[in-house]
Amino acid sequence: MMVRLVFAVLLLAVAGGSYAAGGGDENLDSVHINLSDRESLQKGAATFASYCLSCHGIKYMRYNRMAEDLGISDDVLRSNFLQPSQKPGDVMDVNMSEEDAKRWFGTAPPDLSLIARSRSPDWVYTFLRSFRVDESSNTGWDNDLFADVAMPHVLYRVQQNSTREEYDRVVRDLTNFLVYVAEPAKLVRYNIGIWVLIFTAVFTIIAYYLKKEYWKDIH
Amino acid sequence: MNRILKWFDDRYPIISFWEEHLSKYYAPKNFNIWYFFGSLAMFVLVIQIVTGIFLTMHYKPDTELAFDSVEHIMRDVSWGWLMRYLHSTGASLFFVVIYLHMFRGLLYGSYKGPRELLWIIGMIIYLTLMAEAFFGYLLPWGNMSYWGAQVIISLFGAIPFIGEGLAEWIRGDFVVSDATLTRFFAFHVILVPLMLCGLVFIHLVALHKTGSNNPDGIEIKNDKDETGKPKDGIPFHPYYTVKDLFGVGVFLFVFFGITFIVPEVGGWFLERANFEPANSLQTPPDIIPLWYLTPYYSILRAVTYPLFGVDAKLWGVISMGLAIFLFFLLPWLDRSPVKSIRYRGWMFKSALTVFVIAFVLLGYLGTKNPDSIDLFLFSNLIWAQIGYFLYFAFFLLMPIYTRLDPVKPVPDRVTMK
Repeated sequence: MMVRLVFAVLLLAVAGGSYAAGGGDENLDSVHINLSDRESLQKGAATFASYCLSCHGIKYMRYNRMAEDLGISDDVLRSNFLQPSQKPGDVMDVNMSEEDAKRWFGTAPPDLSLIARSRSPDWVYTFLRSFRVDESSNTGWDNDLFADVAMPHVLYRVQQNSTREEYDRVVRDLTNFLVYVAEPAKLVRYNIGIWVLIFTAVFTIIAYYLKKEYWKDIH
Repeated sequence: MNRILKWFDDRYPIISFWEEHLSKYYAPKNFNIWYFFGSLAMFVLVIQIVTGIFLTMHYKPDTELAFDSVEHIMRDVSWGWLMRYLHSTGASLFFVVIYLHMFRGLLYGSYKGPRELLWIIGMIIYLTLMAEAFFGYLLPWGNMSYWGAQVIISLFGAIPFIGEGLAEWIRGDFVVSDATLTRFFAFHVILVPLMLCGLVFIHLVALHKTGSNNPDGIEIKNDKDETGKPKDGIPFHPYYTVKDLFGVGVFLFVFFGITFIVPEVGGWFLERANFEPANSLQTPPDIIPLWYLTPYYSILRAVTYPLFGVDAKLWGVISMGLAIFLFFLLPWLDRSPVKSIRYRGWMFKSALTVFVIAFVLLGYLGTKNPDSIDLFLFSNLIWAQIGYFLYFAFFLLMPIYTRLDPVKPVPDRVTMK
C-alpha cells in the first residue's frame, strides 16, 4: 500500500516539477532574490522611485509601509521619495492620467504591484536587461523578451555609465524590490512559518506518544 | 458536576449521544493510514469555514473592488495574508484529502453493501465540494478566475435547446459580470457551505448506522462477545480521537509548510495569471482550471470527433458528466465477493493501478496545451484519449473482471498489519 502511495506522490512531484518549469517557453536568466538584504531592497526602492514611478504605479503599496518594512527613515522618505503634496500614508501611484499615457505611449503603463507574481522575478530581471536599439520603433528601442514593447529603455543612462556587473546589480536590486512589493508579507512569513512548524512538530510528537500510550493494550 | 450533567441530560440526550457516537461507538481496531482522511476532511472543512468568515469581513463582491479587496487583505489587514493563504491552501488540500479518502474506498471496497448509500452521500459531498471550489475560484476576480468561469459556464451552452438559456441564467448576464460575481459570492459563502455541513452530517449518520469498513473488509458486527461488543472493535473515543489527533498534527505540518513557505506550490495552488485582474479583452494563453478539476477537463477536451450527429463539444460534456456519474454506480458495478484489495486477485489490482495512472495522467494533461508534446511519442491530446479510454474501461469492464478475478479466502477476524 505504502509503495503505491509513494508512487502516487512521486508522480505528482514529477508532474509538479515539469509544470513549474514549463511556466513559460522563453529562456529567462535567473535572478538571485534575497529579501533579507535590506540594502538591496532600499537601493531597488530608490531606483524604482527615480526611474519607474513617474509612469508605473505600485498602487497597493503605501509609502510609510515601505519605509517601515525597508528601514527607510522619515527624513529620507520625505526628501527622496515624497512629492511636496504627498503624505507618508499615500499609496505609491502615478500622477499621469491614463489619457495622457495613452497619447504618449500608445498604451497606459501597467501597475507593477504584482508584476513579480503575475510574471516572475526572472522575467522582470531578464526584461530589464534585454533592451536593444531599434531605429524603426517609435521609442528607438525594442526588447528581446517582449517584442514591440511600448516602453523605452528608461535605464539606458544607468546602463551606459556602469559596467555589466554594476548594471546587473542595479536590475537585481530593482527586481528584489518588486518581489517585496508583490508580497510584503514575504518579509515575515518565512520566519513565522519556521516557528509554527517547530510548534506543530512538537505537538505531533507528543500526540504520537499519547496515542502509543492509549493503544498499548490493543493487539 | 454530576448534578449539572444530569440536569442537562434530563433535557437533552448528552450522555446517550456521547456514548452512542463516541465512547461506545465501536470502530474496527485495524485502521491504517488511509483511515485518517475522513476526520481530516472534516477538519479542513472547519478551517475553510473559519478562515472564510475572516475573509468575508474584508472582501468586496463587486467587479470594481474584488481584486483590490483581496490585495487589501494581503497587505493592510492584520494577518489577512495568513487567512488568505490558509484558505487557498485549504481549498487544494481539501481535494487532496477527499481524493485519498475516496481512494481508500476503492482499495477496501467501502462502497460495497451495506454501505452503498454512505458512498453515494459521499459522492454528493464531492460534487458539492467541486461546486464550492468553482464558485470560490471566481471571487478573487483574477484573469484566470474570469476566463475559467467563462469556459466552465459556457459548457452548459453545449446542451441542446436549453443550453444557451441555461448558461445565461447561471451567469445572470450574457457574459461573466458583476451579476455573476455577486451570486457566486452568495453561493460560495452560504448556500454551498450550508449544504456541505448538512451532507457531512448525513454522511456520518449513515456511517454510524452501518459502522466503518476496515482494511480487511470484514464486518466486525458479525462477531460480538457476550456483552454485545464487536470482538474486533474498540471505542472510537479515546482510541481513535487520540489517533486522529496525531493525524491532525502530521497534516498540519504539511498544511503550514505550504501556507508559510510555498503558498503558490509552483502555480498548482495559486496561478500566476490570477495575479492579474480580470480582463475581458485579454485571454490567458492557456485557460486551465485548478488541478483538482483537470482530470475531468482532460476528458472534456479528449473528445474531438462528432458522432451520431452530436457535435464533439456535447460529447465532451456528456463524457465529463459520465466520468463523475460512474462513481455513483460503483457499488453495483463491482461484482466481487470480497471487499478488500488484500483478498482480491490480480485483475482488480491491475485495474485499480491502471485507473490511478489514468487519473493522474488526465489530471496532468488537463494543465497542458492539447496540441503540444509534453510526454513522449504522442501529442498531449493522444495521451489524453488513451487516459480517457482507460478511465472508462476501469468502470465499464468492472462487472466482468471483478467476477472473473481469482479471490483469496477472507479470514474471520481482522489482521493487525
